[in-house]
Amino acid sequence: MKKISLIPVLVVGVLLLYAADDFPEWGNPTAPASASSLSSHFISNTGVDTEVPNMVTAVLADYRGFDTMFETVVVFIAGMAVLAILKGSSGPFSKNKKYTSSIEPDLIVTNTVRLLVPVIQIFSFYVLAHGHVSPGGGFQGGVVMGASFIMIALSWDLETALVRFPLDKCFLVAALGIILYGGIGLLSMFLGGEFLDYAELANILPVSREMARYHAMLGVEIGVGLTVTAIMFALYANLSTEGKLKGGL
Amino acid sequence: MFEDGTIFNELFIERLNYIIYVILLLIGLHGMIAKNNLIKKLIGMSIFQTAIILFYVSVGVKEGATIPIYLPEHDPHGSHVTNLEENSSSEESHGPVALDADLVKGYANPLPHVLMLTAIVVGVATLGLALALCQKIYQGYGTIEEDELLTKIERQEMRSNPSVAIKSMDSSKMTTVKLEKSVSKPKVSSSPSTQRPNAKLKAEAKTDSSTTKVKTSRVKSVSSKTKPMASKSTTTGSRASKSTTTGSRKSSAKPNTAASQSRTKAKPKPKAKPKASAQKTTASKLKSRTPKK
Amino acid sequence: MGLELFNTMILLLLVVAAIVALRVKDLLTASVVFAVYSFLMCLLWAEMGAVDVAFTEATVGAGISTVVMVATILNLKRKSSD
Repeated sequence: MKKISLIPVLVVGVLLLYAADDFPEWGNPTAPASASSLSSHFISNTGVDTEVPNMVTAVLADYRGFDTMFETVVVFIAGMAVLAILKGSSGPFSKNKKYTSSIEPDLIVTNTVRLLVPVIQIFSFYVLAHGHVSPGGGFQGGVVMGASFIMIALSWDLETALVRFPLDKCFLVAALGIILYGGIGLLSMFLGGEFLDYAELANILPVSREMARYHAMLGVEIGVGLTVTAIMFALYANLSTEGKLKGGL
Repeated sequence: MFEDGTIFNELFIERLNYIIYVILLLIGLHGMIAKNNLIKKLIGMSIFQTAIILFYVSVGVKEGATIPIYLPEHDPHGSHVTNLEENSSSEESHGPVALDADLVKGYANPLPHVLMLTAIVVGVATLGLALALCQKIYQGYGTIEEDELLTKIERQEMRSNPSVAIKSMDSSKMTTVKLEKSVSKPKVSSSPSTQRPNAKLKAEAKTDSSTTKVKTSRVKSVSSKTKPMASKSTTTGSRASKSTTTGSRKSSAKPNTAASQSRTKAKPKPKAKPKASAQKTTASKLKSRTPKK
Repeated sequence: MGLELFNTMILLLLVVAAIVALRVKDLLTASVVFAVYSFLMCLLWAEMGAVDVAFTEATVGAGISTVVMVATILNLKRKSSD
């Protein structure tokens, strides 16, 4: 089996290496990918259109907002699918781990985490809100936020984390994120533009059209961040306990 | 050695990214195809994924370009650090202007970054989904090795067929096929626990009769699964505590399953015995029948 | 020149990490080595100027996916046959 599998792998490798000769040189500014009108349009006009310094955030949340919206939906659906697969699942080989509360959480670990978690959460808000002018944004801020809850679950136990962020609230928050994203899109549609055309929000916000796009992007990023936070924590909570939400690591 | 134009430079500096991306992609592909363990397959899939992301990012690199965030002089809000007095009057008049082509070359291409950023997040979501499926498979079959999984599924299919045949013979009434299936369904769900002793017998019989067909390594892994694993894991010092806990868990779980086996076996025992005898006779016939199903 | 050397070194380490992650028999070790691989990838992207992608990979690839993988492996068997 291993020997046979080498054949397609080597065939693919030879083809790809043969094709690699035609790729542009590394770092060539006139390469087709970099010289295309689309990317140069993004680089030159992002500042004029949206006043967002970080082009990646602008392209992610504004120019390609539709794409990002459904990526968020994919994350949400993956979280729901994990819940659907593992909830109440048991088989002949499922480990019937007895939940032992006799093991006290370590004092040093819990105290360190107690100090670290607020800092991590504030940092996640910073990453989310400052994503316009520095690397960051909804995805990264959401993942950092979810990691803080996972940290609580790792240092105490899962119940302690679930008291702070119950699983039903988790999916509520995740759905809320998508509703926020879609709601901003719909609102701009009702205000006379197209779906996710944030510039129309200037009609109700006391800012210019460019700054309306700037602020709508923040709202969209918050929506993405909420969904990603909730789903990352739900993934961990379900996977670490086989869907029983008891015990855990 | 690193001068422009030499073969070395051509190959290892300018195209090294592409070569490495191809190598990583092949490693991931080989892992996905050849590895037996499902978790290993998932790691291979992730390596494959990151290789493609590496390709996209390296296509969008510009030499001498900065990151795709506006420098203060191009930033629509960024000139506040420098001369406030000069700009205060003129700022409202001109506002931000579009960059011209020379300045565009100074920034990296943001488009591949955006595409790949979402790909990473969706990648971890699909990874979580795949891991959930792995756990479900383990709950049902007790293994995440592909070859063991396939043999177990094969055996289960073989087992489900004779049971249907026996059931139809046993039942005095003439039942429809539909009813038969509904009767045999709970049987299938409880079958893995009742199967195991039979499966062991089967494996031993296989080693006797057809060693040429079955790989010796696989038979070893099936028949002597528990012993070498325990000895191996205890030799490594750092994991000793973990492995002993899992070992104790395993040993504590074993009697439980054994008890449940005996309990579940108590009822279908009269049926199971003739099944085993009947199976030997029908096995050769069924072997030809099962692939069709 | 210095940057190229850095680039080359990381690329070679990436291949080593990928091979080790797929060859090692202990799944827990494999997932940790995979985290190392992800973090090397993150360094490489940061060096190429893709800071957002690097940030995402550092949080997602080296952080969450490793935790999720370890959590799964502790519910399954830790040993792998190959």
